[in-house]
Amino acid sequence: MSRPVLAAQGLRKSYAGLEVIGGVDLRVSQGECFGLLGPNGAGKTTILKLCLGLIDPDGGEIELLGEPVPRRAREARARVGVVPQFDNLDPDFSVAENLVVFGRYFGLGARDIEARIPKLLEYAGLEGRAAAKLHTLSGGMKRRLTLARALVNDPSLVFMDEPTTGLDPQARHLIWERLRRLTQEGKTLILTTHFMEEAERLCSRLVILDHGRIVAEGSPRALIAAHVEAQVVEVHGPEVQRWMENARRIAPRVERAGETVFCYADDVEPLIASLRGQSELLYLHRPANLEDVFLKLTGRDLRD
Amino acid sequence: MSRARLFAPPALSLRFVAVWLRNWLVWRKLAIPSILGNLADPLIMLFGLGYGLGAVLGTIQGTTYFAFLAAGFVASATMYAATFESLFSAFSRMHVQKTWDAILNAPMTLEDVVAGEWAWAATKSLAAGICMLAVICAFGYSSVPLALAAVPVVLLTGLAFAALGLTINALATGYDFFSYYMTLVLTPMMMLSGVFFPIERLPGAVQAIAMALPLYHGVSIVRPLLSGQLSAAMLGHAAVLATYAIVGFYAAVVLTRRRLTR
Repeated sequence: MSRPVLAAQGLRKSYAGLEVIGGVDLRVSQGECFGLLGPNGAGKTTILKLCLGLIDPDGGEIELLGEPVPRRAREARARVGVVPQFDNLDPDFSVAENLVVFGRYFGLGARDIEARIPKLLEYAGLEGRAAAKLHTLSGGMKRRLTLARALVNDPSLVFMDEPTTGLDPQARHLIWERLRRLTQEGKTLILTTHFMEEAERLCSRLVILDHGRIVAEGSPRALIAAHVEAQVVEVHGPEVQRWMENARRIAPRVERAGETVFCYADDVEPLIASLRGQSELLYLHRPANLEDVFLKLTGRDLRD
Repeated sequence: MSRARLFAPPALSLRFVAVWLRNWLVWRKLAIPSILGNLADPLIMLFGLGYGLGAVLGTIQGTTYFAFLAAGFVASATMYAATFESLFSAFSRMHVQKTWDAILNAPMTLEDVVAGEWAWAATKSLAAGICMLAVICAFGYSSVPLALAAVPVVLLTGLAFAALGLTINALATGYDFFSYYMTLVLTPMMMLSGVFFPIERLPGAVQAIAMALPLYHGVSIVRPLLSGQLSAAMLGHAAVLATYAIVGFYAAVVLTRRRLTR
């Protein structure tokens, strides 16, 4: 196995005596799209900050692109791009100026960056907008500009903290397509998300975090196969409680969340049959997905 | 962060220039209103008090009150320019716009960012001080060579107040926090540092407080310098300003580390 792009062992971090990361190991190889999934407060952003050397761990070892972090984090970050969770583009600058100014932080000269700008703008779908003021851009455009900005130093690894949060479906699909292009170019992506659909589509491998610990690891498909039944029937409507008593006898796993009953089974025919003629009950039959795994492992309770 | 890392000496690099350049680029877009805003206040005060009070007071320490006050205002305008930039503007970039967060994701250290902001705030205060010097020369109260000799003193004063401002910035919970510093620290300092009147007639204890304040030392170099007097005491005053600048910068780095890298 080649040297990993990111290797972290036994990461620990506490704030005011409260442990937020409790012994996390990560190993990401070149060209992977690696996902960090977890409910709010699970420690995803903290892990990214630790890996980038922006905060010091209380315990554990980190190696990023062959450099020990945090000791040589600056050298490692020279070959890393970051898409932060919250927009921190420079509102005083135009689109192109944002790229030039950010490139300077990497020691790149204005001429080098300006030569790259057309390609970066094409990548971000912002052709012809080099001179546009920031406040004229939509949320999706700003997100794409942030992504382009993260590529200004042609990084071999890009960290993304919830890259599509707050975007409409069109914008989200465009970002997904662009991220796939990056992995095709051989770049490594590490992203945090709580969009299971996003993780399922993009990630070759992922970990699910809860309370600062890894609770599952694998490819999306392997995780679904390992943790949940293949099919799901979601049922809601009046009298669903009574039907649920019945469903418990035919489905291996039945959960109720509010007014909806989730039935998990590899063969859902008996369940569907029991729903026929129950016109007051509405149901949805679908294949199990990563969200089912996520909810099974991290529970249905609100986190914040 | 361990205590050793928190208190470690700042690892400085030339990368701070990129932060300075970023602020310069923004400022260039807003230069005219920014210059007017920075200068209008001290100039109105100078002309109002200088001519108005000057007519009542006559001469002071062998010069007109206008010239006396103008020399003091070189130091105080520098102080206020460095302070505004290192408090309100730096806080916007650090806390509101999260510009610092973006910079820290690049191969930049927190020291680079704090040093860049320090240099930038000092640059802006230098511009403010030079404008005051230009006014003094234009009205014939000093000569261009003497005014040029005062430029390094203005820079040193700016570095001292920019460092203090960044220290306060690292502790700030919001913009309101700065009004404590402005009204409880800077305004009394302005009164006690010999900007408006010589402090020699103040009670000894008050004079002792004044001598601990950086602005007093800035005024104590600029005023004699502009009237062509040189003395060894100026070196002592400069040493106090340099100490404020260096210790202040170190404090700003440590406090910013405590704020941002936990």
